[in-house]
Amino acid sequence: MIYLTRKCEFSASHYYHNPDWSDERNRHMFGKCANLNGHGHNYTLEVTVKGEIDPVTGFVVDLKELKDILNREVVDAMDHRHLNKEVPEFASKIPTTENIAIAIWQRLAEKLQVAKLHRVRLYELPDLFVDFYGEA
Amino acid sequence: MKAYLTRRYILSASHRLNADSLSDEQNKATYGKCNNPHGHGHNYSMEVTVSGQVSAETGMVCNLVELDEAVRHTVLDRFDHQNLNTLEDFAALVPTTENLTEVIYNILKQSFHSAHLEKVRIEETSKNSFEYAGGAELRH
Repeated sequence: MIYLTRKCEFSASHYYHNPDWSDERNRHMFGKCANLNGHGHNYTLEVTVKGEIDPVTGFVVDLKELKDILNREVVDAMDHRHLNKEVPEFASKIPTTENIAIAIWQRLAEKLQVAKLHRVRLYELPDLFVDFYGEA
Repeated sequence: MKAYLTRRYILSASHRLNADSLSDEQNKATYGKCNNPHGHGHNYSMEVTVSGQVSAETGMVCNLVELDEAVRHTVLDRFDHQNLNTLEDFAALVPTTENLTEVIYNILKQSFHSAHLEKVRIEETSKNSFEYAGGAELRH
Protein backbone atom coordinates (compact mmCIF):
# COMPACT_ATOMS: atom_id res chain seq x y z
CA MET A 1 0.00 0.00 0.00
CA ILE A 2 1.32 3.43 -0.88
CA TYR A 3 -0.03 6.85 0.02
CA LEU A 4 -0.06 9.96 -2.14
CA THR A 5 -0.97 13.44 -0.96
CA ARG A 6 -2.05 16.29 -3.20
CA LYS A 7 -2.41 19.84 -1.94
CA CYS A 8 -4.65 22.64 -3.20
CA GLU A 9 -5.90 25.95 -1.90
CA PHE A 10 -9.14 27.85 -1.97
CA SER A 11 -10.36 31.08 -0.44
CA ALA A 12 -13.90 31.38 0.82
CA SER A 13 -16.11 33.24 3.23
CA HIS A 14 -18.48 31.86 5.82
CA TYR A 15 -20.20 32.48 9.13
CA TYR A 16 -21.37 30.22 11.95
CA HIS A 17 -25.04 30.35 12.84
CA ASN A 18 -27.44 27.80 14.27
CA PRO A 19 -30.97 28.95 13.30
CA ASP A 20 -32.48 27.04 16.24
CA TRP A 21 -30.63 29.28 18.68
CA SER A 22 -31.07 32.87 19.81
CA ASP A 23 -28.63 35.47 18.49
CA GLU A 24 -27.19 35.65 21.96
CA ARG A 25 -26.53 31.91 22.17
CA ASN A 26 -24.97 31.97 18.69
CA ARG A 27 -22.70 34.83 19.72
CA HIS A 28 -21.78 33.09 22.95
CA MET A 29 -20.90 29.80 21.24
CA PHE A 30 -19.34 31.06 18.03
CA GLY A 31 -17.87 34.43 19.06
CA LYS A 32 -16.56 36.47 16.14
CA CYS A 33 -17.51 33.67 13.73
CA ALA A 34 -21.20 34.43 14.37
CA ASN A 35 -21.02 37.78 12.55
CA LEU A 36 -23.70 37.33 9.89
CA ASN A 37 -21.82 39.50 7.42
CA GLY A 38 -19.29 36.69 7.25
CA HIS A 39 -15.50 36.60 7.14
CA GLY A 40 -13.04 34.57 5.10
CA HIS A 41 -10.05 32.26 5.09
CA ASN A 42 -7.42 30.91 2.76
CA TYR A 43 -8.02 27.19 3.15
CA THR A 44 -5.33 24.66 2.36
CA LEU A 45 -6.55 21.19 1.51
CA GLU A 46 -4.42 18.06 1.57
CA VAL A 47 -6.02 14.98 0.09
CA THR A 48 -4.33 11.64 0.71
CA VAL A 49 -5.21 8.61 -1.38
CA LYS A 50 -3.90 5.07 -1.01
CA GLY A 51 -3.58 2.02 -3.18
CA GLU A 52 -1.19 -0.35 -4.87
CA ILE A 53 1.33 0.86 -7.43
CA ASP A 54 0.23 0.07 -10.97
CA PRO A 55 2.99 -2.19 -12.38
CA VAL A 56 2.75 -0.56 -15.81
CA THR A 57 2.50 3.15 -15.01
CA GLY A 58 4.21 3.14 -11.61
CA PHE A 59 1.38 5.34 -10.34
CA VAL A 60 -0.93 4.82 -7.41
CA VAL A 61 -3.25 7.32 -9.06
CA ASP A 62 -3.12 9.41 -12.22
CA LEU A 63 -2.22 12.79 -10.72
CA LYS A 64 -3.83 14.68 -13.54
CA GLU A 65 -7.08 12.84 -12.92
CA LEU A 66 -6.87 13.55 -9.20
CA LYS A 67 -6.11 17.19 -9.88
CA ASP A 68 -9.09 17.47 -12.23
CA ILE A 69 -11.41 15.91 -9.64
CA LEU A 70 -10.10 18.26 -6.93
CA ASN A 71 -10.53 21.28 -9.17
CA ARG A 72 -14.03 20.32 -10.22
CA GLU A 73 -15.40 19.09 -6.90
CA VAL A 74 -13.66 21.47 -4.51
CA VAL A 75 -11.92 24.45 -6.06
CA ASP A 76 -14.58 25.33 -8.65
CA ALA A 77 -17.32 24.79 -6.07
CA MET A 78 -15.73 26.62 -3.13
CA ASP A 79 -12.99 28.99 -4.26
CA HIS A 80 -14.04 32.64 -3.97
CA ARG A 81 -17.49 31.58 -2.79
CA HIS A 82 -19.60 32.22 0.26
CA LEU A 83 -19.88 28.73 1.72
CA ASN A 84 -23.18 29.32 3.57
CA LYS A 85 -24.90 30.77 0.53
CA GLU A 86 -23.34 29.02 -2.44
CA VAL A 87 -22.40 25.49 -1.43
CA PRO A 88 -25.49 23.27 -1.07
CA GLU A 89 -24.16 21.20 1.86
CA PHE A 90 -24.10 24.31 4.02
CA ALA A 91 -27.69 25.34 3.46
CA SER A 92 -28.47 23.14 6.48
CA LYS A 93 -25.05 22.59 8.06
CA ILE A 94 -22.68 25.08 9.63
CA PRO A 95 -19.53 25.41 7.47
CA THR A 96 -17.07 24.70 10.26
CA THR A 97 -13.69 23.26 9.29
CA GLU A 98 -14.99 19.88 10.49
CA ASN A 99 -18.09 20.01 8.28
CA ILE A 100 -16.18 21.34 5.26
CA ALA A 101 -13.69 18.46 5.58
CA ILE A 102 -16.58 15.97 5.72
CA ALA A 103 -18.31 17.57 2.71
CA ILE A 104 -15.07 17.41 0.72
CA TRP A 105 -14.63 13.74 1.65
CA GLN A 106 -18.15 12.96 0.49
CA ARG A 107 -17.63 14.83 -2.77
CA LEU A 108 -14.34 13.04 -3.50
CA ALA A 109 -14.97 9.50 -2.22
CA GLU A 110 -17.50 8.62 -4.88
CA LYS A 111 -15.45 10.14 -7.70
CA LEU A 112 -12.18 8.30 -7.03
CA GLN A 113 -12.02 5.04 -8.89
CA VAL A 114 -8.57 3.50 -8.74
CA ALA A 115 -7.03 4.79 -5.54
CA LYS A 116 -9.01 4.92 -2.32
CA LEU A 117 -9.47 8.09 -0.33
CA HIS A 118 -7.49 7.84 2.91
CA ARG A 119 -7.60 11.25 4.55
CA VAL A 120 -8.87 14.76 4.01
CA ARG A 121 -6.85 17.35 5.92
CA LEU A 122 -8.19 20.88 5.81
CA TYR A 123 -6.30 23.87 7.21
CA GLU A 124 -8.42 26.89 8.06
CA LEU A 125 -5.31 28.63 9.37
CA PRO A 126 -1.68 27.49 9.54
CA ASP A 127 -2.29 26.66 13.22
CA LEU A 128 -5.71 25.01 12.93
CA PHE A 129 -6.65 21.98 10.87
CA VAL A 130 -9.07 19.07 10.79
CA ASP A 131 -8.48 15.49 9.63
CA PHE A 132 -11.32 13.28 8.43
CA TYR A 133 -10.87 9.59 7.58
CA GLY A 134 -14.46 8.79 6.61
CA GLU A 135 -15.27 7.40 10.05
CA ALA A 136 -18.89 7.24 11.18
CA MET B 1 -19.06 11.48 12.14
CA LYS B 2 -15.70 11.39 13.81
CA ALA B 3 -13.17 14.10 13.01
CA TYR B 4 -9.77 15.06 14.36
CA LEU B 5 -8.96 18.67 15.14
CA THR B 6 -5.41 19.92 15.53
CA ARG B 7 -4.40 23.24 16.98
CA ARG B 8 -0.87 24.59 17.08
CA TYR B 9 0.65 26.62 19.91
CA ILE B 10 4.09 28.10 20.41
CA LEU B 11 6.00 27.97 23.65
CA SER B 12 9.51 29.22 24.26
CA ALA B 13 11.63 27.76 27.00
CA SER B 14 15.19 26.96 27.94
CA HIS B 15 16.67 23.71 29.12
CA ARG B 16 19.86 21.82 29.72
CA LEU B 17 20.15 18.10 29.12
CA ASN B 18 22.07 16.48 31.93
CA ALA B 19 21.37 13.16 33.62
CA ASP B 20 22.27 13.02 37.31
CA SER B 21 23.16 9.35 37.02
CA LEU B 22 25.86 10.01 34.40
CA SER B 23 29.33 11.48 34.94
CA ASP B 24 30.18 14.92 33.53
CA GLU B 25 32.10 13.23 30.78
CA GLN B 26 29.29 10.85 29.95
CA ASN B 27 26.79 13.72 29.93
CA LYS B 28 28.98 15.67 27.55
CA ALA B 29 29.35 12.65 25.30
CA THR B 30 25.62 11.91 25.37
CA TYR B 31 24.14 15.35 25.05
CA GLY B 32 26.86 17.34 23.26
CA LYS B 33 25.98 21.03 22.98
CA CYS B 34 22.73 20.43 24.85
CA ASN B 35 24.82 19.76 27.94
CA ASN B 36 26.13 23.36 28.05
CA PRO B 37 25.87 24.23 31.78
CA HIS B 38 24.16 27.55 31.06
CA GLY B 39 21.40 25.96 29.02
CA HIS B 40 19.88 27.06 25.73
CA GLY B 41 16.36 27.60 24.42
CA HIS B 42 13.86 26.73 21.74
CA ASN B 43 10.62 27.97 20.28
CA TYR B 44 8.67 24.78 20.63
CA SER B 45 5.81 24.38 18.19
CA MET B 46 3.21 22.18 19.83
CA GLU B 47 0.29 20.53 18.06
CA VAL B 48 -2.58 19.23 20.15
CA THR B 49 -4.93 16.82 18.37
CA VAL B 50 -8.37 16.03 19.78
CA SER B 51 -11.08 13.88 18.29
CA GLY B 52 -14.78 13.21 18.63
CA GLN B 53 -18.12 13.22 16.91
CA VAL B 54 -18.89 16.43 15.03
CA SER B 55 -21.83 17.94 16.92
CA ALA B 56 -24.97 18.41 14.80
CA GLU B 57 -25.71 21.59 16.74
CA THR B 58 -22.33 23.33 16.47
CA GLY B 59 -20.58 21.54 13.61
CA MET B 60 -17.56 21.20 15.89
CA VAL B 61 -15.60 18.47 17.66
CA CYS B 62 -15.17 20.80 20.62
CA ASN B 63 -15.34 24.46 21.38
CA LEU B 64 -12.02 25.91 20.27
CA VAL B 65 -12.16 28.62 22.93
CA GLU B 66 -12.35 25.93 25.61
CA LEU B 67 -9.40 24.06 24.12
CA ASP B 68 -7.33 27.25 23.84
CA GLU B 69 -8.13 28.17 27.43
CA ALA B 70 -7.28 24.72 28.76
CA VAL B 71 -3.95 24.70 26.89
CA ARG B 72 -3.14 28.22 28.02
CA HIS B 73 -3.96 27.61 31.69
CA THR B 74 -2.44 24.17 32.08
CA VAL B 75 0.45 24.17 29.61
CA LEU B 76 1.50 27.57 28.27
CA ASP B 77 1.23 29.39 31.62
CA ARG B 78 3.32 26.60 33.14
CA PHE B 79 6.08 26.19 30.56
CA ASP B 80 6.26 29.26 28.32
CA HIS B 81 9.27 31.49 29.03
CA GLN B 82 10.53 29.16 31.74
CA ASN B 83 13.72 27.28 32.35
CA LEU B 84 12.38 23.72 32.18
CA ASN B 85 15.09 22.38 34.49
CA THR B 86 13.81 24.55 37.35
CA LEU B 87 10.28 23.16 37.21
CA GLU B 88 8.87 20.47 39.45
CA ASP B 89 7.96 18.36 36.40
CA PHE B 90 11.64 17.92 35.58
CA ALA B 91 13.05 17.63 39.08
CA ALA B 92 13.80 13.97 38.38
CA LEU B 93 13.39 13.92 34.61
CA VAL B 94 15.77 15.20 31.93
CA PRO B 95 13.83 17.88 29.98
CA THR B 96 14.32 16.29 26.59
CA THR B 97 11.53 16.97 24.14
CA GLU B 98 10.53 13.32 24.45
CA ASN B 99 9.86 13.86 28.15
CA LEU B 100 8.29 17.28 27.59
CA THR B 101 5.87 15.75 25.07
CA GLU B 102 4.83 13.02 27.51
CA VAL B 103 4.49 15.46 30.41
CA ILE B 104 2.28 17.80 28.37
CA TYR B 105 0.17 14.93 27.03
CA ASN B 106 -0.44 13.72 30.59
CA ILE B 107 -1.34 17.20 31.83
CA LEU B 108 -3.86 17.70 29.02
CA LYS B 109 -5.27 14.20 29.45
CA GLN B 110 -6.14 15.10 33.03
CA SER B 111 -7.35 18.64 32.45
CA PHE B 112 -9.23 18.61 29.14
CA HIS B 113 -12.36 16.52 28.85
CA SER B 114 -14.46 18.21 26.15
CA ALA B 115 -13.04 15.89 23.46
CA HIS B 116 -10.76 12.87 23.32
CA LEU B 117 -7.07 13.79 23.43
CA GLU B 118 -5.47 11.92 20.53
CA LYS B 119 -1.90 13.09 20.64
CA VAL B 120 0.59 15.84 21.30
CA ARG B 121 3.27 16.59 18.72
CA ILE B 122 6.13 18.94 19.49
CA GLU B 123 8.67 20.34 17.08
CA GLU B 124 11.78 21.30 19.01
CA THR B 125 13.31 22.72 15.84
CA SER B 126 12.10 22.46 12.27
CA LYS B 127 14.24 19.33 12.01
CA ASN B 128 13.16 17.43 15.12
CA SER B 129 9.66 16.49 16.15
CA PHE B 130 8.19 14.17 18.76
CA GLU B 131 4.74 12.66 19.06
CA TYR B 132 3.01 10.92 21.94
CA ALA B 133 -0.45 9.37 21.96
CA GLY B 134 -0.52 7.96 25.49
CA GLY B 135 1.51 4.94 24.39
CA ALA B 136 -0.83 4.08 21.50
CA GLU B 137 0.39 3.55 17.97
CA LEU B 138 0.09 6.60 15.77
CA ARG B 139 -2.45 6.78 13.00
CA HIS B 140 -0.92 7.26 9.55
